[in-house]
Amino acid sequence: MKLTTFLAGAAVALGLATGAVADGHEKTKVGFVYVGPIGDGGWTYEHNKGRLAVEEALGDKVETVYVENVAEGPDAERVMTQMALDGADLIFTTSFGYMDATINVAQKFPNVKFEHATGYKRAENVSTYSARFYEGRAIQGHIAGKMTESNIIGYIASYPIPEVIRGINSAYIHAAKVNPDVEFKIIWVYTWFDPAKEADAAKALIEQGADVVLQHTDSTAPQAAAQEAGNVMTFGQASDMAQYAPFPRVSSIIDDWAPYYIARTQAVIDGTWESMDTWDGIGPGMVAIGEISDAVPADVKEEALAMKAAIADGSYHPFTGPLKKQDGSDWLADGEVADDGTLAGMNFYVEGITGEIPQ
Amino acid sequence: MDLGAINPILLIAALMSAATPILLAATGELVVERSGVLNLGVEGMMIVGAICGFAIAVETGSPMIGFVAAAVGGAALSLLFALLTQVALANQVASGLALTLFGLGLSALLGQSYVGVKPPRMGDVDFGLLADIPVLGPILFSHDPVLYIGVLLVAAVWATLKLTRLGLILRAVGENHDAAHALGYKVVRIRTLAIMFGGALAGMGGAYISLIRVPQWTEGMTAGVGWIALALVVFASWKPWRVLLGAYLFGGITQLQLNLQGAGVAIPVEYLAMSPYIITIVVLVILSADRSAAPGSLGRTFHASN
Repeated sequence: MKLTTFLAGAAVALGLATGAVADGHEKTKVGFVYVGPIGDGGWTYEHNKGRLAVEEALGDKVETVYVENVAEGPDAERVMTQMALDGADLIFTTSFGYMDATINVAQKFPNVKFEHATGYKRAENVSTYSARFYEGRAIQGHIAGKMTESNIIGYIASYPIPEVIRGINSAYIHAAKVNPDVEFKIIWVYTWFDPAKEADAAKALIEQGADVVLQHTDSTAPQAAAQEAGNVMTFGQASDMAQYAPFPRVSSIIDDWAPYYIARTQAVIDGTWESMDTWDGIGPGMVAIGEISDAVPADVKEEALAMKAAIADGSYHPFTGPLKKQDGSDWLADGEVADDGTLAGMNFYVEGITGEIPQ
Repeated sequence: MDLGAINPILLIAALMSAATPILLAATGELVVERSGVLNLGVEGMMIVGAICGFAIAVETGSPMIGFVAAAVGGAALSLLFALLTQVALANQVASGLALTLFGLGLSALLGQSYVGVKPPRMGDVDFGLLADIPVLGPILFSHDPVLYIGVLLVAAVWATLKLTRLGLILRAVGENHDAAHALGYKVVRIRTLAIMFGGALAGMGGAYISLIRVPQWTEGMTAGVGWIALALVVFASWKPWRVLLGAYLFGGITQLQLNLQGAGVAIPVEYLAMSPYIITIVVLVILSADRSAAPGSLGRTFHASN
């Protein structure tokens, strides 16, 4: 008897909660799920900057909540469900590994809007968004290829997903273009955020002769390792990481989520939100290139900036043929440009990279 | 494949450094568990030690004072655990988990103004001519002092547990707290001191990550090392030298697998990534085929009225 009363009460409470969403309560509540801590200095730090920008731009109209350090997997589903139950109207899930969890929770809460970063599964109430980080990687690759003296470039990779593979390919293509002798050493660390492991990977690469280290992990630990080694160059990842400028950090890829987050929150407030797929790059400003420091010679810097301008105005695409796959088979003919579908699902290395992608 | 790219001397030197945080934390936890207390808060004490050590090292400019502060910080946090489990008689598992969560949050709060700051560098011990010996020099005589302290602590803990009266009392409390109490030993006091010792070592282990291995402060930077240390104590059958072996094995294979990847060895990366865990567990399980068992009173609450 008591149990049924309790359940009935809970049902009423739930009804009230969802009812409040339906008739538009005063503040629009926006939730953010983060894979690392907001102080990681990289990926999550930039997403949180986007959240703060939403608060600043929309003021009293919004309320934001966030949960940091959410593991990819069942835990993520629990956190999202709790956010939705607490009355969130829009939830940004900011890591690739949240993809299935986002879809599952979205099915249970048709009135809540979800935005999943870097994934490819969409639904009525689930949008996806990502940035064309590979455009920035092309510029990094160019600088790295020009600057390396040992001709060994180290690459700290996180998980073997298309986004990471795209970055490796883009960097390699542009490094090899200016320096045919260049070799990529790739270490998969299977984590987005583990400073000690990232530092170890950076040190292992440096010990094996790399004098440029690129990272696709979120912390600044590889920068610190390079700084200690003394003559190793790095690039800021996801955030500017300017505290390591002008050397070892000579430039960076900066993710700027703020305009997107503000626009999407505004769309929810206006009732114009629709499920869509956004993939913006340097042109629209979602990817920014951090200042190229004086450690890079002026002519290399000029070339890099020219490439940035060409990518921004659309006259150059980082994946332009002729390009072959690693196994030697043809991929893009001369002048042909990769289509977004292939890029989104990229699961192969281009010709010249040694090693295999973990499957 | 290019195995020649791996320098075995640098690899061994790197593994000793990589293993030290686990070694310190696990040695501390070993003493705690030998006294009959299960403290699952190692991760929390490590991360608090990491930020205490980092902050004090930055403020004073001395990494050594930083390590002292890390030990004090870890011990202070462990006092909270001692208060909950030894005075308030709370459940040890729940209290330990709470300590980890609390430590992660507290360290993030304390560390807010230290993100992106560069800590003072801890110099290596100067062994003079010894460091110039080929092969042995770079492996044995080119490290920071804390690494040697870690190994010495293992020896000290082993000797204390095995050879001294103090060790005998500690083990008695851990094996059967009622009997120890009947003999007139202060169970709660001894356990509290053991918990603080464990906290201090965990704190130093955390500071080793933030001051020497990475070196910088980032939230959540211990990233699970405390849990590995906890597991290591169990797989090492609560024996100090096996903890040393396990920590070096784990650190060594972690370093080796990263190097093998960099050298492009044709073993699938997934196997390489799991190898440190599997090999460490297998070796230690084989070693513990003798009859070593957990301390008899491990995890049980003690009250003098029982």
